[in-house]
Amino acid sequence: MDYSLQLLMTLPELVLAVGSIVLMLVAAWGGHQSTKLVSWAAIAVLIGAGIALAGPASSGGDAFDGLYRADMFAAFSKVLIYVAAAVSILIAPRFFQRTSGDDLRPEYPVLILLSTAGMGMMVSAGDMLTLYVGLELLSLSSYVLASFMRRDARSAEAGLKYFVLGALASGILLYGISLVYGFSGTTLFDGIASAYTGGERSMGLLFGLVFVFAGLAFKMSAVPFHMWTPDVYEGAPTPVTAFFASAPKVAAVALAVRVAIEAMGPALHDWRQIVIFASLASIILGAVAAIGQTNVKRLLAYSSINNVGFALIGLAAGTAEGVAGVLTYLAIYVVMTIGSFLVVLQMRGPDGEPIEDIASLAGMSRTRPGLAAALAIFMFSLAGIPPLLGFFAKLAVFMAAVQAGLIVFAVVGAAASAIGAYYYLRIVKTMYFDEPAPAFHGKPGMVEGGLIALTAAVISPLGWPLLLPLGAWTMLAAKALF
Amino acid sequence: MIGVTHYLVVSAILFTLGVLGIFMNRKNLIVILMAIELILLAVNLNLVAFSAALGDLVGQVFAMFVLTVAAGEAAIGLAILVIYFRGRGTISVDDVNRMKG
Repeated sequence: MDYSLQLLMTLPELVLAVGSIVLMLVAAWGGHQSTKLVSWAAIAVLIGAGIALAGPASSGGDAFDGLYRADMFAAFSKVLIYVAAAVSILIAPRFFQRTSGDDLRPEYPVLILLSTAGMGMMVSAGDMLTLYVGLELLSLSSYVLASFMRRDARSAEAGLKYFVLGALASGILLYGISLVYGFSGTTLFDGIASAYTGGERSMGLLFGLVFVFAGLAFKMSAVPFHMWTPDVYEGAPTPVTAFFASAPKVAAVALAVRVAIEAMGPALHDWRQIVIFASLASIILGAVAAIGQTNVKRLLAYSSINNVGFALIGLAAGTAEGVAGVLTYLAIYVVMTIGSFLVVLQMRGPDGEPIEDIASLAGMSRTRPGLAAALAIFMFSLAGIPPLLGFFAKLAVFMAAVQAGLIVFAVVGAAASAIGAYYYLRIVKTMYFDEPAPAFHGKPGMVEGGLIALTAAVISPLGWPLLLPLGAWTMLAAKALF
Repeated sequence: MIGVTHYLVVSAILFTLGVLGIFMNRKNLIVILMAIELILLAVNLNLVAFSAALGDLVGQVFAMFVLTVAAGEAAIGLAILVIYFRGRGTISVDDVNRMKG
């Protein structure tokens, strides 16, 4: 194949990689003063990468002998990832203004760009090697981002925990990859798929499958490999937590879908048990463990575990409808979760210090009615209450599971989502019916206020017109895998 | 005659030792970094053994990538360890408990 065409297919990653290296140089040269410049340039690079998706990058097929896949599935995931990354750069400056001694440095947008390049490689992987390198680029940048507030003991501890458990997860994933390679003779997804075809498969392939899924479950924080999530989400700076809860989650789930369908599709009945277990366990544990939380970031961490469980319901179906459901779920989840974290960013004390206590939300409907209404919309939507988009996200994955014959599984999942509704509604109750706590200080800036209004509007019934194109687009993306 | 099975057994033992090293070690965070290296080396042994047995070079190329990434991982791990030590004055595993629940 023409080499320049292959380069064109990887253009989004090229833009991101070259852009982040250039901006790293600018940051090294300009020092502290260049933070603003680098932030805006990073957003421009993300937009550029998004534009580059329109060309062969979304329709070109395989590049570099199957190492890299440029299809609609990858393009759809990348759009979500780029949007989430751009928002987490936008919301950072105001947060870091008030963290004593830990300023926003120009490395922050550069690290986000590097992890975005890694995520792009993950969702476009056609080979275990691309998968691994992309995943590590994401992970290594994430460890640094989690411990970005160097003087804050919690941030350093979050980075440390994330590093140790993330490195363990990479090790488990790699061990699985090495077994799959040894028993199938190739690392290409297509070759692995043909090794899984046929009745009798060796013990090594089965062990490899289990290890690979364990490693991927770790990266998307599905139960039983979720234990790092609450600590990392609580300790990391809030804009970084918003980033962790959105973009890498999309990338990890999309990667798991691609590996499950493209590399291990013929072993559907083997991995379906794992996915169903991880899904139900995540939904139930995410709901139950969130009930006793007092820290709002920790609560949202359990909420993200819970949501990954719902997204996995679509994967368990193993059909094109299921994959489309997963993508729909991810798209709506990203908007909801970014909106929630934007509201959390507005929780500030008299000196502008961040507050993370759920009790401090009490009576917010009287002190900050607009903010309270927005948070109420996000919470109702995360709970899956009908007129909001969160309901349609859950509907898409449950429909796919029922169509695939997994009726008991869908019923149990739907029942468990009722448990989850409890703690979302508790926040709404705290805001609307409790005696007011001291009001938060500081008004949201233009950018943050606008983003909160926009995300809330998209999630509300005003976003219904978006559902039809979203459904069509996710179906198109899902068909690329089958 | 030493076949691929022998290599697999050694690598499985190393991998298990690495995982146990992370979970059973209660003293020092540096030991955890060493345990992580052990896991990655077990994987490399696997990859190279399979590569030789299959007569296929991809495994060895993969091992090179793993080595490179492991170097970057160790550098970042040590850097995070340093800022953690600066803030807390200890690198004992039992003291990593600022957040609970």
